[in-house]
This record gives sequence, structure tokens and C-alpha cells, in this order.
Amino acid sequence: MNTETQTPTDTQVTWHIACEVSDIPEDGGGCAFIDGKQIAIFNFARRGEWYATDNECPHRQQMAVSRGMIGSHEGEPKVACPFHKKTFSLKTGQCFNDDAYQIKTFPVMVRENLVYIGL
Amino acid sequence: MKHISVIRIVVIGNGMVGFKFCEKLLAKRQASQQISITVFGEEPRVAYDRVHLSEYFAGKTADDLTLAGEDWYADNGIKIYLSDPVVDIDREHKLVRSHHGIVVQYDYLIMATGSGAFVPTIPGVEKDGVFVYRTIEDLELIQSYARKAKKGAVIGGGLLGLEAAKALLDLGLEEAHVVEFATRLMPRQIDEAGSRMLQSQLESLGLHIHLSKNTQEIKGGDCIEGMQFADQSFLEVDMLVISAGIRPRDELAKIAGLETHPRGGIIVDNQLQTSDPNIFAIGECALAHHMIYGLIAPGYEMADVVAAKLTGGAKEFLPFDMSTKLKLIGTDVASFGDPFIEEPACTTVRYENKAKGIYKRINVSPDGKTLLGGILVGDAEQYNMLLQTCKNKTILPPDSEDLILGSRGGEEAGAGVMSFPDDALICSCEAVTKGMLCQEVSEKGNHTIDSIKKSCKAGTGCGGCIPMVKDIITGTLKQNGVYVRNVVCEHFDYSRQELLDLVKMNGLKTYGNVLDTFGKGDGCETCKPLVASLLASLWNESILQKDRAPIQDSNDRYLANIQKGGTYSVVPRIPGGEVTPEKLIVIGQVAQRYGLYTKITGGQRIDLFGAHLGDLPEIWEALINAGFESGHAYGKSLRTVKSCVGSTWCRFGVQDSVSFAIEVENRYKGLRSPHKLKSAVSGCIRECAEAQSKDFGIIATEKGWNLYVCGNGGSKPQHAQLLATDVDKETCLRLIDRFLMFYIKTADPLARTATWLNKMEGGMSYLKAVVVDDVLGIAAELESDLQQLIDVYQCEWKEVVDNPELRKRFSHFVNTPAKDPSIQFEEMREQKRAKEWA
Ligand SMILES: Cc1cc2nc3c(=O)[nH]c(=O)nc-3n(C[C@H](O)[C@H](O)[C@H](O)COP(=O)(O)OP(=O)(O)OC[C@H]3O[C@@H](n4cnc5c(N)ncnc54)[C@H](O)[C@@H]3O)c2cc1C
Ligand code: SF4
Ligand code: SF4
Ligand code: FES
Repeated sequence: MNTETQTPTDTQVTWHIACEVSDIPEDGGGCAFIDGKQIAIFNFARRGEWYATDNECPHRQQMAVSRGMIGSHEGEPKVACPFHKKTFSLKTGQCFNDDAYQIKTFPVMVRENLVYIGL
Repeated sequence: MKHISVIRIVVIGNGMVGFKFCEKLLAKRQASQQISITVFGEEPRVAYDRVHLSEYFAGKTADDLTLAGEDWYADNGIKIYLSDPVVDIDREHKLVRSHHGIVVQYDYLIMATGSGAFVPTIPGVEKDGVFVYRTIEDLELIQSYARKAKKGAVIGGGLLGLEAAKALLDLGLEEAHVVEFATRLMPRQIDEAGSRMLQSQLESLGLHIHLSKNTQEIKGGDCIEGMQFADQSFLEVDMLVISAGIRPRDELAKIAGLETHPRGGIIVDNQLQTSDPNIFAIGECALAHHMIYGLIAPGYEMADVVAAKLTGGAKEFLPFDMSTKLKLIGTDVASFGDPFIEEPACTTVRYENKAKGIYKRINVSPDGKTLLGGILVGDAEQYNMLLQTCKNKTILPPDSEDLILGSRGGEEAGAGVMSFPDDALICSCEAVTKGMLCQEVSEKGNHTIDSIKKSCKAGTGCGGCIPMVKDIITGTLKQNGVYVRNVVCEHFDYSRQELLDLVKMNGLKTYGNVLDTFGKGDGCETCKPLVASLLASLWNESILQKDRAPIQDSNDRYLANIQKGGTYSVVPRIPGGEVTPEKLIVIGQVAQRYGLYTKITGGQRIDLFGAHLGDLPEIWEALINAGFESGHAYGKSLRTVKSCVGSTWCRFGVQDSVSFAIEVENRYKGLRSPHKLKSAVSGCIRECAEAQSKDFGIIATEKGWNLYVCGNGGSKPQHAQLLATDVDKETCLRLIDRFLMFYIKTADPLARTATWLNKMEGGMSYLKAVVVDDVLGIAAELESDLQQLIDVYQCEWKEVVDNPELRKRFSHFVNTPAKDPSIQFEEMREQKRAKEWA
């Protein structure tokens, strides 16, 4: 895997090692426990992109976003919560089905086979 | 100099109609007008959707039901006081005073105080365990009391009473009774024959109905223990919901000296003006045209009339249509127009089918040209069509009985809506006409229900018009020359069946291949599981290998059903429901070791709930070592083949139903299909295994077996139909092979066999012709395709247990073996249960 960074890098963030690249299935997600927080990490291999968001779905507070299916909506990458299929943009965290919901997104950096999350 | 004065408007009551009034007033306000709005609400929360109140029991929260959040009021400059009812109106000085002492001056006062439940004066109504059914607080109390109650009753067999009774049943009470004073159910909406049919339908759902019962006393100590009737009979119950009608909240109006009706209601004219010209009354507290309109659509219309008047418009409240369709009671009931009108003022056509529990009646004008009204029980699919035909006085076809007979498929219905005039009112709650909807579709590009709801609010009230709105979207697109096909989603421009053929012809085996070859974009939660199911139905290769794991629905991906709270359930296969004591002990031990809640399922097996994701492989390892296999409870695939004990033990049995059930279950286990498949085998005509409610069911006869197909339980029960009579086992299996494969190849995604058959042109006779008589000449191919799937069957869980790479995926976190710390349980009857939704 090449060295690459996704999502705009904020100079303020602290980078945490989350896991190895192979821990996250291609075109799927996994959840890492970082700094007391549950972070959902997605390897969007089809687009050659990585994303990270809250693992908790704001709809019914279920820790499940990492187990959701990823895909795109008119070109925008998204993830669908497995519980009631609310979908969220992986770029902005905005919910597509209901303006009231939003999840946080975090920058991801992949170096030397390790996945880093910026918090 | 022109002086701009502010018009001060005070609204008493923040219910559905009071809220709608504020919304309409803001929308209609002229740029030159300065308006200040103050709202007083007695309830502790902002207005919510009372019409769908019962959904609170189905998991909706108070937030979900809220019509607009508190910020909406703030953002629009509305001052709102909650938990603070108005207690006094000083009409002389135009002041209102609230319970907390807040005094506000008005130029116009809007009374939207709604109604309360009417509670008859029966000795004992004050006891614990007696409730009414009106607010979220009422439902909270009912829900918590129901946890420890066993037998419940509802006084009142009307619209709301039946909804409440069904809710008691859904809350898990062992018995739910309906006690009605009249001689039949819903006397105001439907006729005698309809009542009878409704009653038998409700009884088959498990409700106990008591008619002509006058409750004399509610017995018990502090808590209710039973009901004593005037005819000396007694009913033992430990909770009671009173739903004996509504009583308009006119007490404040009375104190203020406004004119009210002796039987309740603030008297208003057709401008909704009370006896004081500065005070209006709208919604369920208002008595207009000599009646209280206890429905939401007329309430919204009243709000519209007053909002128009205060913003310089002119509108009149006309007598309103009282057509209704009952929701949530598990069987359809609807009435529209004038349901009771009799010959010779009309010609009445009736249709009754006792076996299916259907009663329909339409009243046609004597000249046969227009529809005057009607009643539908058991099947109200045509309700919207008929209602519009009636309201718009559409000229009827020569054979008016076709309106309620004959299967009118989706397409015909679509054509039907499109024949309505542009000013036909489709959404009566929000007053949206057909013309407005067509414009939404053609000019504003709103092609989905969601976007229509957002842009013009149609379908956001009672929701009854949604099927017609869908038909109008499709119909308008068609008229505009847009070819509408049931395509999968934005990523695949094919129907499921087309895609299945393409994937098969090209021998594609991974999602990536399918998307690259026939799709575009990156896929989504609709096409991924659909393609996953196609691949499984075509090749039956492990669903977790290659790129297939992340495209499975969450349940399939972890080979277990995700439950409330994020834990999973485990269901080992128990073919035919037969299990040895040794195996039962292993299940018990596993449940003990991993702290699982255990329950017998409806399909004669055992469900273990509350397993942490990370424990699943170990749990299954233990089960597999004891000889169990995956039960596929998580998949769209064969669930169980239920059986009765049959000739081996039962004195009536004519064949060995258990052995056959085991053989059938083992044959089709793991078979992936458009939706789940259920089956059963009964040992004789008494049908103890309920085979006729299954996708395919087998009943023993003296000479062999009868095969039934396309039955369904669930929310829309449908009896299975006879496909073959007195066949031997081999023939029976061959026919099932063909039937299943034909279904897998041609059904829409997520269509059960019953729905598939209902949509099939030619229906059962066509299905028979294909499966039994092989008119298409495809029987041999169907059989061999199915045999191929059977040959490659493997237990999915065994694969995972034996494969360290796959096992690794069963962990909540990727960077620690810890379990999800946010999972919480509650205690219940010495076991645990998932914590309630927050
Ligand atoms: C379970 C249930 C199911 C229903 N199903 C349907 C259906 O399927 N279809 C349909 O059309 N209709 C249905 N209805 C009826 C529908 O909900 C009512 O017609 C509608 O809610 C009436 O609205 P409203 O604003 O007039 O009254 P409400 O919604 O009752 O609001 C009145 C509000 O005013 C408050 N209030 C009263 N006095 C004061 C005071 N002095 N000061 C301040 N506030 C006060 C009350 O607390 C209440 O919050 C159903 C009702 C219930 C209870
Ligand atoms: S269906 Fe017949 S054989 Fe089976 S249990 Fe019932 S009575 Fe006995
Ligand atoms: S098991 Fe079925 S019927 Fe029971 S609550 Fe769940 S979905 Fe509803
Ligand atoms: S919990 Fe995520 S959609 Fe409901």
C-alpha cells in the first residue's frame, strides 16, 4: 500500500495508530478503540480512499456504523447504518435521509501498512 | 406616516391542529403584516403526531413523533409555554392568564384545545390499572403497567378502542378483550355485515370481543381486578383502557362565557368564529356544522381557514368528508362517502368471502354513473381509488362491480389515478391535489416519496395517500415518456431478473466484477445485498469469501441476527423440530456459559439472544461439535420446516410427517432466495403444523401428500394454494425444486412467494402450468439448477470456525479483543433483555 493521506489534514490533530491495513476488509469497515472513543474506519478500496467516522449512529445510539455497508450516492461516498439504514456521507458526516442527524468524520493517514486516525 | 401595528395572536393548545395553524399562518403571512404568536400548551412537550401514537409501542420515540422541534418555534419567533395551560380568558380586556400566572394580551385568540377521552361514570374508574389512550404520557403509563399485567380489556369497540386493544396484544398481554355497549363493532363507520366480518377477523387475531355489554362496576382493591357487567357476568382483567369516545375540551370556553353545545364543543360558524368575533375555535374542540370532526384532515382544513382569514384571505369551512381507513389493527377496515345509504336511493353491490375474511360493499347512484360510498373489510387495497372516484364523482365503468372484484394490479391502479381530474384532492391532510403532484414530478423533478414529502408535505399527515402518490409519480413519469422500470438503484440500470440473467450468462462470481461489468459508481446498501443474494442463488459459494463479506447485509456478514443494542442472536438448525435430549443439554450449557437469553421460536427451534460479536465463533464451535449446523435465521434463505408429530405418535396421523419434514429441511437448507422461505409438514388433514401458512406446505393424505404453495404469515397473512394432490414423496420434492427455482429466478428482491404470486400474470393457474405441466419446457433446467445448489451446500458457520482468517473478523474492535463497552442489558424474568432504545 502506498503512502497516502485522505481527507484534509488539519495541522491541529494528533495522529493515533489505529490498526494495520489488513485489519479492515477491502470495501468494508472496522471499529478501533482510540482514546476512549469508538471510531469506525473504512477502507474504500474501490475508490482508493480511507475514511473514519463516529462508530455510534445518532439515530438510536447504536455502536454499529463500522458494520454498515459503504457505497456512493451520486458520487459522494457514504455508509449505511445496519440498524435502520440511515445513510451518512463519509466526507461530511451529514445524514442523507434526515437533516437532523450527523456523525463526526476524522482524517485518516496510511503509512507503512499502518492506519492512523487524527483526533 | 403609516403606522405598522403588530397583530397579537394567542393560540391555546399545542396539539396537531394548533401546530398546523401556526405553520399555515407563517406561510400565508403578508410581507406587510407584523404578527406575534404566543402558544400555550398543557402537555409537557411540543406538538406530536397523535394519529400515529400507537407507533410509540412499536419503537418510535417521542422525538420521532414530534411535528417540529422546539427550535422551530424559536426560529420562527413563536413564544411557547409548555406544561402551562391557560386557566382564564378576560374577554373584555382581551387577556389570557396561564396556570403559572403568565398574562398575555391578544387581538385574536385561537382555541385549539382538542378533546380528551370520554370517561363514563362507572364506580371504580379511579383504580390503578385503568387508563385512557390519548397522550404520550398515557402510553408510557400503559406500557409500564403492561409489563406486570396478563389480561387487559378495552371499553369501546370503535376506531380508537380497536387500535388500543391491538396495542395491548402487541404489548404482550396474554389476553386482550374488547367490551362494546352496542350490538356490534364500529357501528358508526360500517354496516352490520361488515361488523360481523371484522369481528371474526379480530377474533382470529386473538382478540376477545364482548358485545351488548354494559359495564356496571370496576372491581378490585387499589388495583383493578375485574369488570362486573349489568347482565351479571364478570370478566377478570388486571388492566383496562377506556376508549368510549371523545369529549371536546370546552371547559375554558364555558368559563369565558363562549357559546358551547350541551353535549360538548365550542360552537363556531363556517369561518370557525365563536360567539366572540375575536375568538376562533379549531380542531376537535370546535363544533362546526352541528358536529365534532374527530379526524385530523378536517382539523387541518380548519387551521387553514382561520390562517387565511387572519392574513387577509377568504375561505369557508365546508362540511367535511369523514371517510376513514383504520390502521394498525392487523386487518383492513375502511369506509368512505355515504356507507349506509340504502336502495332505492342507490344500487348496492356486495361481495363477501368468509374464508378470506373479506367483505366489500359499494353504493352506486341509481343511474349507475357515480359512486356514492362504500365499506371495505379485510382488504382495503382499493380504498384510495374508491375514495377519489367517489369524491371526484368520476364516471364509472359500465360494470361497476369490477371496482371491488377482479384483481386490479399495480399498473391498472396507476392508470386509474391518472384518469382523475387535476383538481382531485389526493392528500386531504395537506390539501394537495393531483395537479400539484404532477407538477412536483414534471417541473420540480421530485421523483421519490421522500422528496415529495419534503417539498409539498403530501403524505406527511395520516399517510393514507402514499400509495396513490407513488402511482402518480410513476404515472406522470410514464406520461412524460420516461420509461419506468423497476431498476435496482442508481448503480445498476437493470431489474433484479435482468441482472440475474446477465450475471449467470457471464459467469460472474464477485461483486466487483458485477459492478465493473454492468454497473457504475461504487454501489450502495441496496445493490450490494441484492447482488450478494443473486450470487448465492446462482453459485452457492461461501458468502464470506472473495469480496463477498462486506456486501452482505449486516446479518449475513456476521452469520447472525443483529439485535437491539448491538448484540447478536444464535439459531442452530433443528430440522423438523426434532432434537435429542443430549443436544438440548448442549444448547443449555452454551447459553449458560455465554449468558444468553433463550427462547423457543415460532419455527420449532431455539433462539439464543445477547451474544457478543466476539463470542460468536466460540459459541458456534461448541454447537458444531455437538452436531448442530447453522440455522440460517440471519439469511434470506430457508428457515424451518415445521412438523407435527404425525403417524409415529399421533392417533390421527396418516403419514410420518416428522421424517418427511427432516428430509425436506435437509434438502433445502442454505438455499438463498429473494426473501426468507418457510415450510411445514402436517401428518393429516387436521393441519397442526399450519402448513397452509407457509411458502410451501405439505399435508399428508391417505394416498400420499398434498402440496400447497405461496402462503404467508406475518403482517399480511395469506393462505397457501393447492399445487398438487396425492403425490408421492419423490414427485412432491421434484415439484418443490421447480417451484423454488422458478421463484428464485423471477421474483423481485424482497418479495415473499405470496407477493410474487399476487403479482404474477395468470396467477395460480399459470404457476401450475409452469411447475406441474411444464408449459415453458424449463422444468428439467430448474431441477438441475437446484440440484447443483444442493450439491455444493456447506455449513457457513463450520467454514468460519475452521478458518482463522474468517474468525478474526468476528471482533467488535480491530485493535483490542475487548467487547463493546456500550452494550447494556436489563433483567427480566430471571433472564436478560436488551436495554430499551434511548
Ligand atoms: C390513538 C389515536 C389515534 C388516532 N387515529 C386517527 C386516524 O387514524 N385518523 C385521523 O384522522 N385521526 C385520528 N385521531 C384523531 C386525531 O389525533 C385528532 O383529530 C387530532 O389530534 C386533533 O387535533 P387537535 O389539535 O384538535 O387536538 P389535540 O391533538 O388533542 O391537541 C389539543 C392540545 O391542547 C391542549 N390543551 C387543552 N386545554 C388546554 C388549555 N386550557 N391550555 C393549554 N393547552 C390546552 C391539550 O393538552 C392538547 O395537547 C387519533 C387519535 C388518537 C388519540
Ligand atoms: S396434523 Fe394430524 S397427524 Fe399431525 S398432530 Fe395434528 S392430528 Fe396429528
Ligand atoms: S420478532 Fe417479528 S413480530 Fe416479533 S417484534 Fe420482531 S419483527 Fe415484530
Ligand atoms: S441506529 Fe442507526 S439507523 Fe437507527
